[in-house]
Amino acid sequence: MSAETIEKSVAVKPAEPLLSKRRKKLITDPLIDDNPVTVQVLGICSSLAVTTQMQPTLVMAISVIFVVALSNFAISLMRNTIPARVRIIVQLAVVATLVTIVSEILKAFAYDMYKELSVFIGLIITNCIVMGRLEAFAMGNKPYDSMLDGLGSALGYSWIILTVAFFRELWGSGAVFGIPVFQYISSLFGPDFKLATNGLMVTPVGAFIILGLIVWVQRTKTGYVEH
Amino acid sequence: MQQSNTYIIVYSAVLTIILGLLLSGSAQVLGPWQQEAIALDKKKQILGAVISAEEIAAMTPEQVNAFYSSRISSTVVDITGKEVTADGVSAEKVEIAKDYKKPAEERTYPVFIYHAEGNPEAVESYIFPMYGAGLWDAIWGYLALDTDLNTIKGITLAHAAETPGLGARITEAKVQGRYVNKKIFDESGALVTVMMQKGENKDYSSDPHKVDGMSGATITGNGVNNMLKAYMGCYEAYIKAKSAPKVVAVL
Repeated sequence: MSAETIEKSVAVKPAEPLLSKRRKKLITDPLIDDNPVTVQVLGICSSLAVTTQMQPTLVMAISVIFVVALSNFAISLMRNTIPARVRIIVQLAVVATLVTIVSEILKAFAYDMYKELSVFIGLIITNCIVMGRLEAFAMGNKPYDSMLDGLGSALGYSWIILTVAFFRELWGSGAVFGIPVFQYISSLFGPDFKLATNGLMVTPVGAFIILGLIVWVQRTKTGYVEH
Repeated sequence: MQQSNTYIIVYSAVLTIILGLLLSGSAQVLGPWQQEAIALDKKKQILGAVISAEEIAAMTPEQVNAFYSSRISSTVVDITGKEVTADGVSAEKVEIAKDYKKPAEERTYPVFIYHAEGNPEAVESYIFPMYGAGLWDAIWGYLALDTDLNTIKGITLAHAAETPGLGARITEAKVQGRYVNKKIFDESGALVTVMMQKGENKDYSSDPHKVDGMSGATITGNGVNNMLKAYMGCYEAYIKAKSAPKVVAVL
């Protein structure tokens, strides 16, 4: 992780462009090379639970992006005032507030999603990615950088769960975003032809399999090995 | 760095107040929208007992409200089947979850009547709300009976926290569809309701009082059974009173 070395290098330069090379790296690193799910193996629980369909997964991804980016930003703003002895509690309180706000917003404007995701939105609080980024980055870096770092990690998480959800919904329910793709394809091959769906994909086991395959493909490409 | 205890205590207190204000502020601002969303959801659940989920999903919130007000009328009864006509009592306002905690005799029971468009006399089905306990938390639902007040036309079931993929399947159309055309009274007129069985993929089409179960969710299934039995028991007086004149007419 490049997190620890950053503070020193910033102080020397007068003004850094809003999206300098270093800052871009903050966002792009967690997408592949340092992906929170497939490399750091964080946030696995929710990526198994919410990924049966694309739509709730997308809502979950947006919620996580919102919470991680903003909590990183807020904690980084407060980082010099937070008493070291209660810092975890302070972080939790901030994260919990943001998560509650997300869940209230969903309840008001997307009630069906709120019902479907209910407990998982609340569980963003316990998502290791959130606390992990706060401890590893936001406590020692400037607000804007921290927000970018949070954004990167959340995006890394999001594309993984969306990919998992895509295959699970496609093979499990024969649909993408609720659009019955399998039914359409089957109809192209005449009335007797029917693409079968696999019930295993709807269960958490399906998520494990897809996630395992993604990790496999990714590590083959990047050559990453666990020590 | 080490801070003094006073600093930590003051810091925590100030943080708590700020976050508390943020939370109560957002709850205040979003409250009206949330109330609306909850009311709409309730209407959808009630309608779900008589029309298909796809039809409801295709409607905009305005259409749901319009459909509901033109097709559903309601009344409130007590355990003896008598209508409660006191001021301020309306079926939409009865909170089943709160009433559930009272003894059965003290509750008020809403009945929703699905009728032909604009004609409350032409009843198509009676919808009864229910509430009970699943495996982890509350379950509730709406049961629609045909005009004979015996044959089930449809059911909607919902839950607070049943296990996804197991007990949570009570919300699926496939599971709810198993109840259609089952009967709640046996031939002698005794209330037996419909019991969800243990195990899955068995054929109960010949038995009007049994439906196929959900594999891995027997306790949720039992919860649904108990809920049905309890609430149909509470509505029995009303149902008997409503259906009695017709029986005489047939005889």
